[in-house]
Amino acid sequence: MSNPLMTKFNGIEFKNPVIPASGTFGFGREYEAFYDLNSLGGLCTKGLTLEARPGNNGMRLWETPAGLMNSIGLENPGMDAFIKNEWPHLKNLEAVTIINVGGKDESSYLEAIEKLNDLDVQLIELNISCPNVKAGGMAYGIKASMAEDITKKVVAVSKHPIMVKLSPNGESITDIAKACESAGATGLSLINTVQGMAIDYKKKKAVFDNLYAGLSGPAVKPIALRMAHQVCRAVNIPVMAMGGISDWQDALEFIMVGATCIQIGTVNFNHPKAAIEMIAGLEKYCHDEGLKNISEVRGII
Amino acid sequence: MALILENQELQPGIMKMTLAYQEKNVRPGQFFMLRAWDKDPLLSRPISVYDYQPGKLSFLYQVVGKGTAILKELRSGNELEIQGPYGNGFPQIDTDLLIIGGGIGIAPLFYLARDFKTKNPHKKCRAYLGFRDNPYVTEAFEAICDEVVINVGGIITDDVKTNNSETVMTCGPEIMMKAVSKIIPDSTNVYVSLEAHMACGIGACLGCSCQTKNGNKKVCKDGPVFLREEVFDV
Repeated sequence: MSNPLMTKFNGIEFKNPVIPASGTFGFGREYEAFYDLNSLGGLCTKGLTLEARPGNNGMRLWETPAGLMNSIGLENPGMDAFIKNEWPHLKNLEAVTIINVGGKDESSYLEAIEKLNDLDVQLIELNISCPNVKAGGMAYGIKASMAEDITKKVVAVSKHPIMVKLSPNGESITDIAKACESAGATGLSLINTVQGMAIDYKKKKAVFDNLYAGLSGPAVKPIALRMAHQVCRAVNIPVMAMGGISDWQDALEFIMVGATCIQIGTVNFNHPKAAIEMIAGLEKYCHDEGLKNISEVRGII
Repeated sequence: MALILENQELQPGIMKMTLAYQEKNVRPGQFFMLRAWDKDPLLSRPISVYDYQPGKLSFLYQVVGKGTAILKELRSGNELEIQGPYGNGFPQIDTDLLIIGGGIGIAPLFYLARDFKTKNPHKKCRAYLGFRDNPYVTEAFEAICDEVVINVGGIITDDVKTNNSETVMTCGPEIMMKAVSKIIPDSTNVYVSLEAHMACGIGACLGCSCQTKNGNKKVCKDGPVFLREEVFDV
């Protein structure tokens, strides 16, 4: 019997549409204690920048009702250290490794992207939507003109397909999505975290040193679902949707609004086996509904 | 899922929970992620191991928020999800042991002391335990340690007297552990067990990163136990 979850994302084959999201999965090693990474469709690396970054000072996590705020600030070992220490481990996986790349300015994006040209990478996720870094980050992702400009330049220097990760915090997300499509993006992923704020009234201070931080988890799911629906209708390139997905039913909802793949983030923290349970749940759903492939319910809403 | 054998309030807001546990060997200073609810609160709660013997695992925890309030309501016969053991734990040493604990931070020091005295019956283990108000589990420490000094309402570090034959291990409020780090001479090894907000407990979220002399470390995976000079300016 053919695999009902086999999914093509602009020509790239994923054996299922379930992909742990950047920043919630390290470089995969931590989750090998829970399941075989090859049971995943793919995985997204922690966001990488040209140079190593120590991340933000002060409080980095704050729990909210049904949500989690974070201000990690792209702590990562830098692109060279990633290529040396992590890539050898990832490159042999059957699951598609998606390399997430961020930057503080145009040249740091382009240089980081160029370093990947000699590697056999299937897909790069261009992060123009991190709300937790002062320079770069979300600045490129909240205006369609800037998103288009950086995407065009990255696509021009990269030998690999570029998927742009969009912010929910900027101009109309469909305008930004269309701008990235016309700039040559292979696909889009959305949404990154929703910018929020937390106050510690006892200390009479903002919780986060950066004042604002990114909200994720079930609290943002309705927003993510609406944005996925809008973007899937606005562009012809495939979408990887995310935002508060915690079980196979949530995943299915995003597929029904048109997502080709789904990424799962925060749930990896509180339920480390979430991804494989989601894959099993989607498989069973296809079986129970008599679907030859999950794509039969994609975009039905 | 783990079966709860006992969940008892020792002092207002201070709970001791014992579970049936067969899976893995547990070292002093390690912790588990506890969860006894579905989606709310979102995160599981990292709780230090208070005691472990094959078949039985105990936690000492303080009720501070929504998660621990739910844990408090559990009764023997209930079950909860546990993940772990996580973290590096305290190292094995070949000197005498001096433990300094403050408040609920004494939790990991009990298994540490008991394990040390079981393996080294002829070595000394002394304890300084500080409490803001009502003390708890002091008899348990007195039953295994060679000497226990208890301070209620004062500053435990004011009581500490050291000698050069001991290794110090401490857990409690950061201000207390920093004070310990200052008063213990450089020639003595001091290990501190840090606390941090964490989402995953396994090194993936980077929420508990701390700056050390050797770059960023994760409290959950590289710690929670560090040498004092690695994490504090001394």
